[in-house]
Amino acid sequence: MKIIYGVALLALSYLIGQWLGEFFGNLLGINANVGGVGFAMIILMILKEWFIKNNWMSPDIDSGIDFWNKMYIPVVIVMAASLNVKSAVSTGTLAIVAGAVPVVVSFFVFPMILKNFHKN
Amino acid sequence: MDIFLNLVEKNGLIFGFLVIGIIVAFSELFSKKVLNSKIPGSAIAIFLGLVLGYVGGVFTGGEKGLSDIAIFKGVGILGGAMFRDFAIVATAIGASFYLVRKAGLLGMISLFFGIGLFFFMGVLLAYAWGYRDAASLCTIGAGACTYIVGPVTGAAVGASSEVIALSIAAGVVKTIAVTIITPIAANKIGLNSPESAMAFGGLMGTSSGVAAGLAATDPKLVPYGAVTATFYTGLGCLICPSLFYILLEMIF
Repeated sequence: MKIIYGVALLALSYLIGQWLGEFFGNLLGINANVGGVGFAMIILMILKEWFIKNNWMSPDIDSGIDFWNKMYIPVVIVMAASLNVKSAVSTGTLAIVAGAVPVVVSFFVFPMILKNFHKN
Repeated sequence: MDIFLNLVEKNGLIFGFLVIGIIVAFSELFSKKVLNSKIPGSAIAIFLGLVLGYVGGVFTGGEKGLSDIAIFKGVGILGGAMFRDFAIVATAIGASFYLVRKAGLLGMISLFFGIGLFFFMGVLLAYAWGYRDAASLCTIGAGACTYIVGPVTGAAVGASSEVIALSIAAGVVKTIAVTIITPIAANKIGLNSPESAMAFGGLMGTSSGVAAGLAATDPKLVPYGAVTATFYTGLGCLICPSLFYILLEMIF
């Protein structure tokens, strides 16, 4: 039964986050949802910490959220399948270049970050 | 056959679950047997998804890939904005404020550094390829961050379906590149401790690429890399369509 609390908690975070995203979008006047998903994630993390602190968390509640956590890659797969890939491919090599070049650069940057910021 | 097709059309979402199950099973098998797990099943499945989206586009001439084919409509529901964002929000359960505090300053610095670096390199490359409008540049830059930040940003700033698909493709290429290069380069770049793994996860971001790459390097490092990497997508979804988009709007 308690599994629905997990799903409901996730739904609450999602809706508040999306609402905040719409709100900030309006505020900034760009008529777009500004980081609603990011806000929702932060809200969920805070709610989860709060539930754990008060001993309200149970394995059932956790699994209600975790089910959707684990569904995210499958959902991304179907999202990929329902996109206009045909047009994207005809734009050519940009996808490969934009995906790979920054990664290679980052592998060179990484030791510099470690050296400069890893003090302790 | 007619009864079957009718049934599928009436139960589109359920049929969608079955379709992804088959795609994932095939991808996992292909990853293990043919590629010796060098590329993770999830990355192959996402690529396969893109291929199916392409096939759908070729067959129907529509804009929604596979879900333009009548019996795959349910696939479109599951891959639509609502379920997509819902599942992505749920991934935050894997991160906690306690662990973030443990990851500390180094993780934070590499997070912001990583998002900025990938985003602006993506924007620069998109610019070099001829894109000039802020929404497309922003979406492709976001796609260079992860294949989730790309479409979330694209939907938020109102980019076209083609550009969103392109941003996903770029994100998938990134995942594969990180997965392959990480175990090869780990020793040379000093990726050998929990702290360095946290910085690495923050810089690279793509959770599946970081997790798969670290698993092939040293399984003990996986949770440390994943902690910061989990934040990358959330932070990217927050910054790219807001701060970065406004910045681009001012320039273009």
